[in-house]
Amino acid sequence: MSEHIFRIWRGDSSGGDFVDYKTDVDDGMVVLDVLHRIQAKQAGDMAVRWNCKAGKCGSCGMEINGIPKLACMTRMNNYSQRDVITVQPLMTFPVIKDLVCDVSWNYEQNLKISPFKPSPPDSDGRHRMMQEDVDRIQEFRKCIECYLCQDVCHVIRNQGRKDRFVGPRFLIRAASLVLHPLDVEDRIPAVRDELGSGFCNITRCCTDVCPENIGITDNAIIPLKEHVTDRYYDPVAWILRKVTGRIRSGVE
Amino acid sequence: MDNLVIFVIAVVAVAILVIGGGVTLAVAIYQANRLILAAASLTQSEDMSSDGGHKSGFGQTMRKDRWWFEPLWTGLGFLFFVIYVNWAAFQGEHYWHGSYLSPLYSPVLFVDIARVGAAPVGHSLFGVWPDWINAIWPPFFPTSPAWLILAGPLAFRLTCYYYRKFYYRTYFMSPPGCAVGPFSTQPIQYKGETALFIFQNLHRFTWYVACGYIAILSWDAFVSLWESGAVFSGRLGIGVGSIVLLVNPILLATYTFGCHSCRHLVGGNMNRFSGSFVSRIRFNLWKRVSWLNQRHMLFAWISMIWVGFSDIYVRLCSMGIIYDFNTW
Ligand code: SF4
Ligand code: SF4
Ligand code: FES
Ligand code: FES
Repeated sequence: MSEHIFRIWRGDSSGGDFVDYKTDVDDGMVVLDVLHRIQAKQAGDMAVRWNCKAGKCGSCGMEINGIPKLACMTRMNNYSQRDVITVQPLMTFPVIKDLVCDVSWNYEQNLKISPFKPSPPDSDGRHRMMQEDVDRIQEFRKCIECYLCQDVCHVIRNQGRKDRFVGPRFLIRAASLVLHPLDVEDRIPAVRDELGSGFCNITRCCTDVCPENIGITDNAIIPLKEHVTDRYYDPVAWILRKVTGRIRSGVE
Repeated sequence: MDNLVIFVIAVVAVAILVIGGGVTLAVAIYQANRLILAAASLTQSEDMSSDGGHKSGFGQTMRKDRWWFEPLWTGLGFLFFVIYVNWAAFQGEHYWHGSYLSPLYSPVLFVDIARVGAAPVGHSLFGVWPDWINAIWPPFFPTSPAWLILAGPLAFRLTCYYYRKFYYRTYFMSPPGCAVGPFSTQPIQYKGETALFIFQNLHRFTWYVACGYIAILSWDAFVSLWESGAVFSGRLGIGVGSIVLLVNPILLATYTFGCHSCRHLVGGNMNRFSGSFVSRIRFNLWKRVSWLNQRHMLFAWISMIWVGFSDIYVRLCSMGIIYDFNTW
């Protein structure tokens, strides 16, 4: 057991401030456990969103010592007793109360992605795909929608481009459809224009914070950018398409 | 060599140089503009935002770890490399020793045989330094063939997805670190790679060029095995320098074939890997490229450092400062 100081932001949309809490920490605790202890013993009205305590529901995202993290997956033995631990709500979304944010903007972005549109089935009425065809996109299925990547992405966090850029979480969702072996919707124009793939400058902060270790930038965003290049910025590919009359990239 | 061919190649080389220079200049002007506007708005953006106690001004963060360490060492490391390459290209001499050619000078288009440590005429593609280049060459510039060829590798590295991450973070500070305030925010509207930086979409074309350089540097490594560079007629052997020059294209290949554009072109652009025989082959290629791609940053640095080291090795041998152990 040891004693730590937690500096937690308390407040709501009208403003707030940091409040220090000195608290005991037992071996094996995670930050969320400590927040619960503070809630139980010192601050009964402190708002914390959580659900699974297993890193799978994506509810407990917050900024711990300035880094977006899941509170339930952040072990206390990462911190020395000398450090004050600051805990804040996510920066990119409006605060509701204390550590809880309104992340509904993200659900609006999701609506910009048109639904899965499968190709016609084989003659026996079945759809077929092989495991190796979908390994790539199953990685994106690990996403728990914690929105830590959305929070850290400077395009929406600092540059105020919520108007043009849907953020990394929705680019991986778009990638999971663009790279899908059965999807026939042509999504490349939307990827460039409505979703704003060009606004990402591949500085990889989303990948750095993703608790599911999804290769957001390398495996989703960059492949999308390459598809956009095929379609719009590669004169050789353009001529080849004209000559062969072949598929447009990104469409099966 | 036919004059027409020389002319065409010279035009292409100059065009690449001009485009490279123009892009660099445009970026510099654009950035300077951002900096001035950002300085004007700095006082405003330094305020603490009311929600959540976050800091949003330039370089401001609640992070307590050493987030600045990576941008600092990569920034200084790359700067050091650029300074060295410029210095080495400026020399115009001591880039050849025995059968070794410095990779910073390869391929040698024209050679000024008056300079010490220059490559023999037989190893230059188009012979001696021609008068027409002298006529347009800036007078204060030494006649160094390195200037004619460095634009290729430079354009490749500068549009590489890894280098982009690195210099957007380190030099443009957009952002300098994750959850750290970027250099400029509104009122300068951020456009990412949709406006000026849209030229980054040309990366795959620089990759085609880079593949050519690997072939050329492999040839140089082969030449380095023959005494005095006399391919097929001289004595076959090996020296420490040959090993240095053999490792060089191998490391460059680990970097070049781990390129994201390469990954897309060999197989990433397919939606179905199973399908036909050809798509199976492409799938296997894609898996191998993906392996390299995961280590792209590592190979970017190792291969870059090795190119610099190869130049230093050849240079020091040519200047007689170190002795090259070899079998000749
Ligand atoms: S890599 Fe792109 S999407 Fe991810 S945080 Fe950086 S700018 Fe945002
Ligand atoms: S991609 Fe990763 S960081 Fe982003 S919402 Fe999904 S799990 Fe969270
Ligand atoms: S509580 Fe579910 S992810 Fe932390
Ligand atoms: S060389 Fe780095 S991505 Fe192409």
